[in-house]
Amino acid sequence: MAKRIEADNVTAYYGSFKAIEGVNMVIERKSVTALIGPSGCGKSTFLRSINRMHEVIPNGRVEGTISVDGQNIYDKDVDVTAVRRMIGMVFQRPNPFPTMSIFDNVVAGLKLVGVRRKGELQVAAEKALRGANLWEEVKDRLDKPGAGLSGGQQQRLCIARAIAVEPQVVLMDEPCSALDPISTLAIEDLIGELKDSYTIVIVTHNMQQAARVSDRTAFFSLEKTGDPGRLVEYDETQKIFTNPGEKRTEDYITGRFG
Amino acid sequence: MPAQRPGNTLAAGHSGVTGETVSALPTVEVPDRPAPARPEEPREVHVGEPLPKRRRYGGETYFKSLTTVGGSAVLAIIAAIALFLIIEAVPALSANKENFFTFTKWSPNALNDAHFGIASLAFGTILSAAIALLVAVPIALGIALYLSHYAHRRVATILGFAIDLLAAVPSVVFGLWGREFFAVPVQDLSIWLNKYLGWFPLFASDGRFGHSVLLGSLVLAIMILPIVTSLSREVFMQTPREHEEAAMALGATKWEVIRTAVLPYGRPGIVASVMLGLGRALGETIALAMTLGSSFVISWSVVEPGGNTIAANIANAFGEANDQGRSALIASGLVLFAITLIVNMTARAIVRRRKRFLAAATT
Repeated sequence: MAKRIEADNVTAYYGSFKAIEGVNMVIERKSVTALIGPSGCGKSTFLRSINRMHEVIPNGRVEGTISVDGQNIYDKDVDVTAVRRMIGMVFQRPNPFPTMSIFDNVVAGLKLVGVRRKGELQVAAEKALRGANLWEEVKDRLDKPGAGLSGGQQQRLCIARAIAVEPQVVLMDEPCSALDPISTLAIEDLIGELKDSYTIVIVTHNMQQAARVSDRTAFFSLEKTGDPGRLVEYDETQKIFTNPGEKRTEDYITGRFG
Repeated sequence: MPAQRPGNTLAAGHSGVTGETVSALPTVEVPDRPAPARPEEPREVHVGEPLPKRRRYGGETYFKSLTTVGGSAVLAIIAAIALFLIIEAVPALSANKENFFTFTKWSPNALNDAHFGIASLAFGTILSAAIALLVAVPIALGIALYLSHYAHRRVATILGFAIDLLAAVPSVVFGLWGREFFAVPVQDLSIWLNKYLGWFPLFASDGRFGHSVLLGSLVLAIMILPIVTSLSREVFMQTPREHEEAAMALGATKWEVIRTAVLPYGRPGIVASVMLGLGRALGETIALAMTLGSSFVISWSVVEPGGNTIAANIANAFGEANDQGRSALIASGLVLFAITLIVNMTARAIVRRRKRFLAAATT
């Protein structure tokens, strides 16, 4: 389980617009890496490049290589769906499938890979829901619509859905930005538990959150609007928040810009 | 601070705040706006003055009555049509010597000796519409999915335009084309179907092929194709991006994205579009009057010459009908009205049940 990610000279475009340029980064296995930076700096774009979700946007494309345990996921022969199964994703807004029950939501990914046996699905669903700290709250109403849960529960349902297919890496794109503080806390606790099994990369606008949950932090920034975002500094979270190496990082985390 | 325009005292009047608080909002005069229409009415709230009175006969009231009249007119028209059909149908129905619902022939013109029934016509109406749906819906959904999820944007625009053009072809043209041109390949198809699948009741034949239910249904299918296509395409395109991305992030292929996110989300819309197509198929008159064989037997064979529908029969028989004959045709129209009403209500019930599931989901 859990793999190491190496990004080598990653540049991502929206049509002719260059969103990020020349990102080099090594993300260690079984760790939580936070991506922070001002709006438009390309941190979400970089995150979406890691599971090849950037290219589903019309005219979106990525240059450079991203390797997971030495295998380039942008290699021509690679099956995109296999990459996405290996690298799960949780989105900014909770997005359970609205027409599906809680149970069907959790096992949606498993059904895609052809798991059909009821017993097998039930075991996997319970495991994933326990893993997402949601089992106790929903075990009596697995057949109810997933969209009927509260926002925080929905987001944990989405996390359960992502980890049900047993990925190596879980990407989270501002997973708490639509949630209240209590739900946020629940998700943050969960992230702490998940890192025992998965490599986690999380984009967040909340610097306290980055400081609380992550082992390493990457600070992205851009010179001015229209310029591509770049990786400014990447180091231990402890160091980024106490003794950053770059002036711009310090300005950002102390709230002097961004 | 929001700039308060002259004449816009609504916000102040309804917010329920004290006069003092309201006056704290700056009142900005917008120069290019005309002065308030009725200057005697207080337009701005000043400290210590009472709040302005609610206007009794403003544009709001007029517009409300206008829309109410529009809304009730629909009901009135439907009721008037139903009433007309019933009143006009009664003379023929009381003169009828047969059971209107079970008799299959149609000879209503002879005074004191009228024999007519709706059975074969209603059967033909439903059979031809059902076959048309069976053929058109899968193709239409396929085209809609291609346009919304597979085709290049420019191709989709051109193809979508072509489909809309198909909807604009008058049905009499479809009828002519079906009768004079399309009948030939359909006859070949009928012979082929009969040769290899003749054991199946739908394709049984005594050796004659021609202006059959199959021809009428296939022409109908082409006619309802654009309705079902463009409506379901709209629905598919409205699938929230986040649901599609959720499926993609789980490693779904395009088809799996469609199956897990697009189709479930679009189901009420698909049902609605199919029902609209069905409504069109049930009511279609002239194209069927021209392509069907106008027989009055209940037969499951769709390849033999024959077939008839309520609407086609009205078109065919109206010219030579006397008063009683017309009254009988109106009675058949009443049945068609009832069938379409039932179809529409069923469709609405299906859509509503779906909505209730979604509503329950969000509370």
